[in-house]
Amino acid sequence: MFAIKRLNAWLGLAFISVVSGSAFAGQPINMPPGVTDISLEVYNMHMIAFWLCVVIAVVVFSAMFYSIFAHRKSRGVTPATFHESTTIEAIWTIIPFVVLIALSIPATKTLIDMYDTSDYDLTVKITGYQWLWHYEYVEDGVDFHSKLQTSLSQINNDEEKGENYLLEVDNELVIPVGKKVRFLITSNDVIHAWWVPDLAVKKDAVPGFINEAWTRVNEPGIYRGQCAELCGRHHGFMPVVVRAVPEAEYQQWVAANAKPESATEYAAISE
Amino acid sequence: MSTVAAGDHHDHPESPYSIKRWLFTTNHKDIGTLYLWFAFIMFLIGGVMALVIRTELFQPGLQFVDPQFFNSMTTMHAIMMIFGVVMPAFTGLANWLIPMMIGAPDMALPRMNNWSFWILPFAFAMMLSTLFMDGGGPAGGWTLYPPLTLQTGDALPFVILSMHFMGLSSIMGAINVVATVLNMRAPGMTLMKMPLFVWTWLITAYLLIAVMPVLAGGITMLLTDKYFGTSFFNAAGGGDPVMFQHIFWFFGHPEVYILILPSFGVVSSIIPTFARKPLFGYASMVYATGAIAFLSFIVWAHHMFTVGMPLAGELFFMFATMLIAVPTGVKVFNWIATMWRGSMTFETPMLFALGFIVMFSIGGFSGLMLALAPVDFQYHDTYFVVAHFHYVLVPGSIFAIIAAVYYWLPKWCGNMYSEGLGKTHFWLSTIFVNLTFFPMHFVGLAGMPRRIPDYALQFSDYNMMATIGAFGFGLSQLLFLVLVIKAIRSGKKATSQVWEDAEGLEWTLPSPAPYHSFSTPPAIK
Repeated sequence: MFAIKRLNAWLGLAFISVVSGSAFAGQPINMPPGVTDISLEVYNMHMIAFWLCVVIAVVVFSAMFYSIFAHRKSRGVTPATFHESTTIEAIWTIIPFVVLIALSIPATKTLIDMYDTSDYDLTVKITGYQWLWHYEYVEDGVDFHSKLQTSLSQINNDEEKGENYLLEVDNELVIPVGKKVRFLITSNDVIHAWWVPDLAVKKDAVPGFINEAWTRVNEPGIYRGQCAELCGRHHGFMPVVVRAVPEAEYQQWVAANAKPESATEYAAISE
Repeated sequence: MSTVAAGDHHDHPESPYSIKRWLFTTNHKDIGTLYLWFAFIMFLIGGVMALVIRTELFQPGLQFVDPQFFNSMTTMHAIMMIFGVVMPAFTGLANWLIPMMIGAPDMALPRMNNWSFWILPFAFAMMLSTLFMDGGGPAGGWTLYPPLTLQTGDALPFVILSMHFMGLSSIMGAINVVATVLNMRAPGMTLMKMPLFVWTWLITAYLLIAVMPVLAGGITMLLTDKYFGTSFFNAAGGGDPVMFQHIFWFFGHPEVYILILPSFGVVSSIIPTFARKPLFGYASMVYATGAIAFLSFIVWAHHMFTVGMPLAGELFFMFATMLIAVPTGVKVFNWIATMWRGSMTFETPMLFALGFIVMFSIGGFSGLMLALAPVDFQYHDTYFVVAHFHYVLVPGSIFAIIAAVYYWLPKWCGNMYSEGLGKTHFWLSTIFVNLTFFPMHFVGLAGMPRRIPDYALQFSDYNMMATIGAFGFGLSQLLFLVLVIKAIRSGKKATSQVWEDAEGLEWTLPSPAPYHSFSTPPAIK
């Protein structure tokens, strides 16, 4: 019996050290604040919700652990007999309700912003395939496929894995910084989801339907994401890479890659 | 009834070890035992599948399994654990406990009871056999979203048929619970005197009857889309793939509460016993359970925030989902108020119940975060979601089932279990369950999608940690098996009261409980 008690004590200690040790592992453990106004709003709301949960947890669990410590039979406590109190029960129904309303207001505001795809500067049509993406710049007449570039030998552990293992593609989606880019998202086969955490954009690509999303990137840079909806055997191997560049550089890139006939086609249709 | 009883009924089965006894039994205790052992076997099979997943995810790169097989492991693991473990285990507990708790001799519909159990081994044998079929087992996720699920090979019709069987079994089990609770209560056992376990199960049974047919309809449409040329979910033929998701989650969200409400009942039985104080707010517990069950029908699309619903839809489902926090909070507060100024001891069932409250609440917190639609765009389909639902299902539902087994085992087999081993089991399970699932919050927030067999390098440390935890958790459950077998064969004899302050009719019966629970109705205070 004593041995088991001591074992339990050691297990408890091991648990605490593992949990505290994890804080030093050095790999990311939180949502990125991202590089758009929306992604920052989303991040802030995530942190507000998180700290709110922490505060509630501390209050509730403190009460619980205080009770576990103080109201135990081994301390010779005689149990009380109360078993209801309408006042207290009303209080702990109403307070959470009020807190939830407070939380839902900023969430509603952000959601409305995310759904506002009007006044965009350019449109990229994104089509999911098993297992790659196709990007079509509707106004600028550029279109190309974008698929995983990580070599099979890295995946099969025959070669050392590179820094952007599984998060690198042959053709990146290039977009201009500071412009409102509208995405039209669909799929050619099964459902996929186009996701870039730094942009806080995640939208399902559903065959036969077109979903809308938008972003306005504030800082030039390369932002990596992945397909987020199970889409079959190689679901884990269809990354998304977005390269945000200054407007002038974007125009050069368009000039170098445009297929003029498709752009004129669009212009003809839109008139 | 009484004329038959004189001739046919015996106190004990004639030949306790014959196959026939178990095949043809109509006794609620025998059937309860069958359900519980079946659930444990499925727990081991589903657990091995989880370990295949964790082994592949131990390090980045593909090491052990093909990605297609990996996908069918995630799919099958979920189906096994949901339909094969948690639901049968709760039905087993209902069978054992409901007649004893309401002062009845048996369940109301004993032959249907037998049938509802014996469907299950066949259903799951069929489900498992699909792993060996051409094209492999189902690999489109347990949610079976088309069009991906329609790419399944020969396995698809077998998967769907076996899910129909599971649904049939659950519906029959649920009808039996409703019939028993509404008709077989001892005189004086009014609805508002019923133990909360009976209440939560009654509400769960209604949820099952309401939603299992919806699942049946949805998966039948999958079948006709695949084999009979219909286009329910095929946009090219005028259908809508997202429609399936609405149908599925209209079943799926109440299903989530089917998996947790009976746990609330179990915890509400255990806490008062070991706090030596009556349950705080019995009536509000009943109403909160009802409120959760009602809300469960109007929140389904929060599983689908990214499918491209209109803004009004997103807002409605966000608000409705956030509301669930209110009745769930009431339950947690009531449990703590029950403990408050009690006189607590910490036997193993109490430890598991306390573990349940803390870790289920952690799952509840991440649930509240997930309810916020704009933030959910970042969480959706990542390991953050995996962490969330494992927190509510493993240290939630599974811990409650384990707590129930410890709490009522002495009543079932007449012997006490080893308290030292039980406590060791609790601490090992708690440590490893957190080691497994807590790091999943981190990788999910940092951007790791769920259902991938390989991942980017920045997720490696926490995946390794989770894998170590998963093996530890899996092995710890073998200790539970040893403990239960030891208790059945050779434990210290239990008194009929078992726990000094336990209240309820089941504790008025001797331990082990007689084959037929209450042949004459007990007097209710």
